[in-house]
Amino acid sequence: MRNDGKPAVVVGAGPAGLCAAIELKKAGAPVVLMDENAKPGGQLFKQIHKFFGSREHKAGIRGFDIGKELLAESLRLGIDVRLKTEVVGIESGLKVWAVEDRSKSYTLDAGKLILATGATENALSFPGWTLPGVMTAGCAQTLINVHRVLPGKKVLMVGSGNVGVIVAYQLMQAGARVAAVIEALPRLGGYGVHTAKVRRAGVAFHCSTTILRAEGKEGVEKAVIAKIDEKFRPIPGTEQILDVDTICLAVGLTPSIELSCLAGCRQIYVPELGGNMPAHDDYMRSSNESVYVVGDIAGVEEASTAMEEGRLAGLHAAWAMGYMDDQTMKTRTNETRERLQALRQGVFGQKRFAAKERILAMRKDA
Amino acid sequence: MNAEKSPGSRIAKHAVLGDMPVQKELTIYFEGKPLKALEGEPIMAALVAAGVTVFRYTKKGSPRRMFCGIGRCTDCVMTVDGVPGVRTCVTEVREGMRVERQQGVGNWNIQAEADHA
Ligand SMILES: Cc1cc2nc3c(=O)[nH]c(=O)nc-3n(C[C@H](O)[C@H](O)[C@H](O)COP(=O)(O)OP(=O)(O)OC[C@H]3O[C@@H](n4cnc5c(N)ncnc54)[C@H](O)[C@@H]3O)c2cc1C
Ligand code: FES
Repeated sequence: MRNDGKPAVVVGAGPAGLCAAIELKKAGAPVVLMDENAKPGGQLFKQIHKFFGSREHKAGIRGFDIGKELLAESLRLGIDVRLKTEVVGIESGLKVWAVEDRSKSYTLDAGKLILATGATENALSFPGWTLPGVMTAGCAQTLINVHRVLPGKKVLMVGSGNVGVIVAYQLMQAGARVAAVIEALPRLGGYGVHTAKVRRAGVAFHCSTTILRAEGKEGVEKAVIAKIDEKFRPIPGTEQILDVDTICLAVGLTPSIELSCLAGCRQIYVPELGGNMPAHDDYMRSSNESVYVVGDIAGVEEASTAMEEGRLAGLHAAWAMGYMDDQTMKTRTNETRERLQALRQGVFGQKRFAAKERILAMRKDA
Repeated sequence: MNAEKSPGSRIAKHAVLGDMPVQKELTIYFEGKPLKALEGEPIMAALVAAGVTVFRYTKKGSPRRMFCGIGRCTDCVMTVDGVPGVRTCVTEVREGMRVERQQGVGNWNIQAEADHA
């Protein structure tokens, strides 16, 4: 039976939220998609590199092109996309409290709520980390690829994971010099292809190395790095001074769980996927049956997995609202799960797969 | 290092993104001085393009600029048209906009707020 006309409300128009809204709309369900930004796409529009993964998952296509495709589809379907709309609260009975254009506040009763709020970059504190010139890698990436301004000329990248090496490469494409990429662990963290590209460009990679401090008066003028031992303690005498004006931090992301807390979703701790996050089942339903969590909020992974998780939630919500028959829901859900499983293979995928399995197991125990 | 003139510039040409699309130019005022900005960009981008490195000073006088670039951290707040605490990384420029560094939490000018609304 169809519920009383209340729409499914999707918060966050990144890859996860866009896909959820697309599935709902395709099924004929009323859906409202909200995002605080002036443009939809989430993190996708910063990604100017070719994506990794299988062909089916748009590997070889640049992130912003995937964003454009999703956007075109959502426009074609005529989804009610509300931009510059920040969701600031969830009240009991699934009342979504939104603020439009920082001036108009209203609430909307949701039949189902899909949270696709993404993740927030981690900070790292060391003496001098508040100086102008220290910023997250994502901040630098937004500046160069979206706004097309270069925040500095000589950069130290802290963190050798995918975000670190990709942004290092993109900073070079934008005209900056990358002095070094440092990594606290004894081995590099990113996909080989991306790391190799940065290496070939002549950038020094230092493992078992940390940043001791940033120096400068009104901004970064120097960074002091040092080797660390197996207990992550700096080794005296190994300090090295780098002449840089920018220090980028690529030290991981944490799911943006605030709204899921307000919606009463049970939270669990999964370090491999970014820390605290809402528990969920294999339809991406949280402990609150009417609230779904998809994409980086449900464990930091990739745009490709975020899209499939968004579809899972969209399909299930459309079915639960009475807009999809059992058979279609089952078939499409199984196809989507197979694609998700295919994405969680390989050295990096395996770890995420195991973590996701653990989340599902925790959910069953609850 | 001079706080006003330092590294920072527009990326006119780009191997993947191509040439910078032509955008309408606007004038904003940073600390009273006119500065060119592009329609649709956030205040942060216009300031970075102009080489401004210090966006504000804390109560204790320590300098700050942007940190997250997407509205999460509030490091980049400035006084905009008399209203302090405006996140410049997510606030679009407007013709004639007055942007000032703030000390600490800044001064609330109620009239300016009324004009703004
Ligand atoms: C440097 C870098 C490289 C990457 N490379 C790849 C790659 O090659 N392949 C790949 O698959 N993935 C890649 N990723 C990862 C990918 O970008 C993310 O996993 C993906 O964007 C997550 O999607 P999402 O929809 O969950 O969140 P997001 O894309 O972060 O979207 C969330 C949206 O929700 C909005 N929002 C949050 N809270 C609110 C609120 N309260 N009210 C309104 N709106 C709100 C946000 O502003 C944002 O627009 C990369 C990421 C980075 C940083
Ligand atoms: S830089 Fe973080 S809020 Fe603006």
